Amino acid sequence: MKKSISNWNNYPVVEAKEISFDNPKELSLKLTHSSIPHGNGRCYGDASLFSEVVNTLRYDKVLAFDETHGIITCQSGVLLSELLQIIVPRGWFLPVTPGTKFITVGGAIASDVHGKNHHVDGSFSNHIVSMSVLTGTGETLICSKNQNSDLFWATCGGMGLTGIILDVKFRLKGIHSSHIRQKQIKAENLDHVMELFDQNTESTYSVAWIDCLKSGKNFGRSILMLGEHAGTDETPVENKLLAKEKSLMTVPFHFPSFVLNGFSVKLFNALYYAKNYKKEMNSVVHYDGYFYPLDSILEWNKIYGKKGFVQYQFVLPLETSKEGLKNILTRINKMGMGSFLAVLKLFGHQDDLISFPMKGYTLALDFPIREGLFGFLDELDQVVADFGGRIYLSKDARMKKEIFWKTYPHATEFQRIIKKYDPDNRFNSNLSQRLMLKV
Amino acid sequence: MEENVLILGAASDMAVGIARKFAAEGYSITLAGRNMDRLKAIEADLKVRHNGNVSSVMFDALDFENHYNFYHSLPEKPDVVISVFGLLGDQEEAQSDWKSCQEILFSNYVGAVSILNVVANDFEKRKKGVIVGISSVAGERGRQSNYLYGSAKAGFTSYLSGLRNRMFRHGVHVLTVKPGFVKTKMIENMKTPGPLTATPKEVGERVFKAVKAKTDTIYVRPIWSPVMIMIRNIPEGVFKKMKL
Ligand SMILES: Cc1cc2nc3c(=O)[nH]c(=O)nc-3n(C[C@H](O)[C@H](O)[C@H](O)COP(=O)(O)OP(=O)(O)OC[C@H]3O[C@@H](n4cnc5c(N)ncnc54)[C@H](O)[C@@H]3O)c2cc1C
Ligand SMILES: NC(=O)c1ccc[n+]([C@@H]2O[C@H](COP(=O)([O-])OP(=O)(O)OC[C@H]3O[C@@H](n4cnc5c(N)ncnc54)[C@H](OP(=O)(O)O)[C@@H]3O)[C@@H](O)[C@H]2O)c1
Repeated sequence: MKKSISNWNNYPVVEAKEISFDNPKELSLKLTHSSIPHGNGRCYGDASLFSEVVNTLRYDKVLAFDETHGIITCQSGVLLSELLQIIVPRGWFLPVTPGTKFITVGGAIASDVHGKNHHVDGSFSNHIVSMSVLTGTGETLICSKNQNSDLFWATCGGMGLTGIILDVKFRLKGIHSSHIRQKQIKAENLDHVMELFDQNTESTYSVAWIDCLKSGKNFGRSILMLGEHAGTDETPVENKLLAKEKSLMTVPFHFPSFVLNGFSVKLFNALYYAKNYKKEMNSVVHYDGYFYPLDSILEWNKIYGKKGFVQYQFVLPLETSKEGLKNILTRINKMGMGSFLAVLKLFGHQDDLISFPMKGYTLALDFPIREGLFGFLDELDQVVADFGGRIYLSKDARMKKEIFWKTYPHATEFQRIIKKYDPDNRFNSNLSQRLMLKV
Repeated sequence: MEENVLILGAASDMAVGIARKFAAEGYSITLAGRNMDRLKAIEADLKVRHNGNVSSVMFDALDFENHYNFYHSLPEKPDVVISVFGLLGDQEEAQSDWKSCQEILFSNYVGAVSILNVVANDFEKRKKGVIVGISSVAGERGRQSNYLYGSAKAGFTSYLSGLRNRMFRHGVHVLTVKPGFVKTKMIENMKTPGPLTATPKEVGERVFKAVKAKTDTIYVRPIWSPVMIMIRNIPEGVFKKMKL
């Protein structure tokens, strides 16, 4: 039986048959057609969509936890939110976390996710000790930086195209407190925020919210948010290692898309600034509110209406970042397509095969889907490519294949390795077809 | 010493939800099922999450001859026994194929009777214990799409009610659970209405609460109660013409 599925941005929607498993032995028998692994559907696009998807959420057992060294071994379908409940009370934290805790470990690897600490700790793959992958040849292979390393690198950021990640062993980060010492600094414009990023590379966590509707001298005004894990003495609550589960609010229905016109975006930004009237604000906050501010509004994606939205995230090399960001923000400004969430971050250096991050600035913004949007984004793609940047596959639902092949320098090598481990294209997705990754 | 829960059919998704809740509440857990690989993964998971005492044993609900020995050679005598195993099966196939029909009847009814008889006799002697049976709303009224499964669950529901009546004066409590839809592999290829569909985690929480409160019968989501009243009250003359 097929059902309609889509990922977090509700676009595209596909009819798919869903297979699930909790035992790898029975899984191989179920893989009769080409399929793609599907985690918690938190990517924004078509990476985990195909006519047949392998839902990993039942493969969610935590197999071992070395509490002395902070090494955890788990099945790939476990959610980061579940892991936090286990590790935080025992003094450990995720080495890298995206802006939502509702993703699976398999999804974290397949997108090689980055967090606010990329410039210090790299992306998720940097912390993997080893993992097993059920490849297209039907074998289950263990891989790491030293063992079957071609498979390892093609799996990290490989969007599920080498096969199904099964068991993963990775390193955690030690903490003394579940709280974060946060510093918010107001930046008047783009130049200013980039300067601040530059001055604060020592800070473990850094990210900025940027207002993309302002022009003139306030063009690119932002709030830079820095963070460090707090010590026990600064933690304002009795229980220093609390993995609290907040009561969650649900957005109950699809908002009509007119709610999200320029006006509401302006209003949102104004409110946001009112809260931060001082130049610099310091506070100690629980990690949940710090890392996952949106998670407490379950299904907030519905405010964009039934047509869905796309998130546009690109990175530009450091040398071209300033000029490129100005160029792109000006275009967005002109189009009046500004978005609720524009997030700016400075990445550190990264060596890899197919992952998204590179040293330079990354910007992520949401656009509700409406007429003219895709043409506009094609233009932006061209600008990103001309400045030597690229688009994040995990947030992509529409990029043209030419852009992909031009902007990912190791794409040919990646394609060769996925062919080696999946010669018959047992794993395939709407994304891989759109970008012609499987031949 | 902590109390022990024996979970029969422990590799099922619902059983995992139940085991996690009881382990979180400090119970030691005995997982019983027919696939050791999966039990071992669940065992490891419970140990990591809750630092609990967990062990795994092989159990086949259809191996009636061995039920007595199985129970009496358990590493630890349980305080709570939860019978979770079951089989939806293929109604159409089972209508014409006796073997698959029998498998449905045995897996949902006869197997449960066989093992719970042994448990009940022990609890009766020990004058304590809780027996939980996971039955189904499908047992409340037979429908053409799954009445073989439904009738076996109906038998199981009746059995539990009789057992409750027998065990009451011995201080043994019997809980009947009619889960309604639960998002598990059993119904992974069915479209079920969201408000009527619970998660395995919810099942764990509801079952735990009901065991503590000594409730007799529960639906996992309370909304099933009015729904089932309606379904039970449709006149048979109308019901038989419906496509259900
Ligand atoms: C609010 C929000 C904030 C976000 N913030 C960030 C951020 O800060 N940084 C960042 O990097 N990302 C971010 N993301 C994106 C998200 O982290 C990634 O898209 C992640 O991959 C989603 O994981 P998932 O488990 O939901 O998998 P899905 O979305 O279902 O799948 C994502 C990809 O992983 C593959 N995959 C999933 N499981 C497996 C497996 N077991 N084996 C092989 N392949 C598998 C799929 O095939 C697909 O290609 C954010 C998303 C949201 C909704
Ligand atoms: N999901 C629902 O919507 C729903 C609704 C109402 C009632 N129920 C009932 O809830 C219970 C749990 O089901 P579930 O939804 O969690 O589905 P499930 O994952 O399919 O669980 C069924 C379990 O029963 C086990 N089992 C079957 N025959 C067995 C046997 N002979 N010996 C030992 N174990 C056996 C299976 O073992 P294997 O893992 O080895 O196959 C499986 O783990 C069942 O009794 C079911 O009838 C479910």
